[in-house]
Amino acid sequence: MNFRAIWAIYAYEMARTFRTLAQSVISPVLSTVLYFVVFGTAIGSRIEDVEGVTYGAFIVPGLIMLTLLQQAVANASFGIYFPKFIGTIYEVLTAPLSFIEIVIGYVGAAATKAVMIAVIILITSAFFVDLQIQHPVWMIGFLLLTAISFSLLGFIIGIWASNFEQLQLVPLLLITPLVFLGGAFYTASMLPPFWETLTRFNPVLYLISGFRWSFYGVADMPVGWSLAAVLFFLALCLGFVWWIFRTGWRIRQ
Amino acid sequence: MTSIISINGLGKSYAGGMRALDDVSLEIEKGEILALLGPNGAGKTTLISAICGLITPTEGTISVGGHDTIRSFRAARNLIGLVPQEITIEPFETVLNTVRLSRGLFGKPRNEAYLEQVLKDLSLWDKKDTPCMALSGGMKRRVLIAKALSHEPQVLFLDEPTAGVDVSLRRDMWEMVGRLRESGVTIILTTHYIEEAEEMADRIGVINKGKLLLVEDKDKLMTQLGRKQLILSLQSPVKDIPEALSEYKLQRGKTDDVLQYDYDARSERTGITRLVADMAAAGLSVRDVESRQSSLEDVFLTLVEEGQP
Repeated sequence: MNFRAIWAIYAYEMARTFRTLAQSVISPVLSTVLYFVVFGTAIGSRIEDVEGVTYGAFIVPGLIMLTLLQQAVANASFGIYFPKFIGTIYEVLTAPLSFIEIVIGYVGAAATKAVMIAVIILITSAFFVDLQIQHPVWMIGFLLLTAISFSLLGFIIGIWASNFEQLQLVPLLLITPLVFLGGAFYTASMLPPFWETLTRFNPVLYLISGFRWSFYGVADMPVGWSLAAVLFFLALCLGFVWWIFRTGWRIRQ
Repeated sequence: MTSIISINGLGKSYAGGMRALDDVSLEIEKGEILALLGPNGAGKTTLISAICGLITPTEGTISVGGHDTIRSFRAARNLIGLVPQEITIEPFETVLNTVRLSRGLFGKPRNEAYLEQVLKDLSLWDKKDTPCMALSGGMKRRVLIAKALSHEPQVLFLDEPTAGVDVSLRRDMWEMVGRLRESGVTIILTTHYIEEAEEMADRIGVINKGKLLLVEDKDKLMTQLGRKQLILSLQSPVKDIPEALSEYKLQRGKTDDVLQYDYDARSERTGITRLVADMAAAGLSVRDVESRQSSLEDVFLTLVEEGQP
């Protein structure tokens, strides 16, 4: 393992985050605060408690997941796409680095950023609602596993994309709808039976459900299923990354 | 001499069937400067990319410093620095940081003193905290060289180092390459500019349509393949070249009193003695004689044309 090189990529990517602090951190935090103000405080005060949790507090895990998924995918896809786009990728490809080390550097940095923002949102939310975290170890576990899995997905998207439009496509068309329909703002049991069944096929439902369980002990799905879902998704992404490594798809002719 | 790079039967075909490299074998000696000459699309960059690991060869093997570039890619790549043809540089990053990243990618421990020396040698030290996008084109190219040198490579690839670089900067670049060579670095450069190869290289490889047509010492190449030209200045202008001299295929010079005779310096009989005698017989008296060595450019064009199927 070329640990120095992994660290070089990681530190370089993190430095970019801090150089563009406003875009990287402030804007997702701001948009989340707006969600709290609108859904949590303004509208939420007129909504009944969900499973014994005030609506404002109920949506916190969903909001964190929404931002975590968006950030992980966006950071990782941009992180690898940008050097591809401007051509500086040559340097990474000619360095004595295996593909796995490249992945660890870029995905590690993207996941770190996503978790950082998630934690900032968690802290911010504590100013608006009464938070409780019943299972902190599970909470951290879900946070990290989800951040890593979706950073891997972002990395794959970044490798696949051949223009900026494609880069935006997946987050826009896939991630946001899946999160909104995955119970970020409601429990699956609040839906009509048909939609409740359909929503069970949404992988994000399991992530949000498990994450919310770690806060309030209430869940749509058994927490074991949630863990299985995130591990399955992680394995799927790792498998795809491994395939890219074997074939040099879109990287090495 | 020992070779630092051995290429054996290297071939590269792209998915579309394009044959970019065809059975290229080449030994590059330690400490030499090898220039790869060839027209656009000849395969120069593909060859470099295959050695540096940017593309995977379809067949053949490459070893750098005795390390196979596929099986022991880490050891092989550790020896190599690449300066790409296009100016590809992270626009928002500062000069020093981007050079630091390059060193880090090669797994070398930090060595600020060495990086300072590299940047000073390339006259970039006072720009070390400038974002790369604020630099001029020539400076950006030097940053790429600094990045390539950041991990103390033994082999440096310069892909068209002076494309789009003005004349004085080109001279600086040549001097820098000379200094690098003195420090023991093996240099492989590709170029369109024959004068560049002529100026810098120890050996010259000519590549066209994916085939390496020849690799030869520069001086040998020039004398062996060089056609020479004899410039004959006459005592008085001549209107028509006399019939008796037609076998020599003489050409008119810039003025009426100059004739040019092309001959092959390699052949045993150049025909000069006979020509002078025949000219005297035809009543032309020669005032001055000058011989001119054809440039590498002519040599190159001849080769590329002969290489056509």
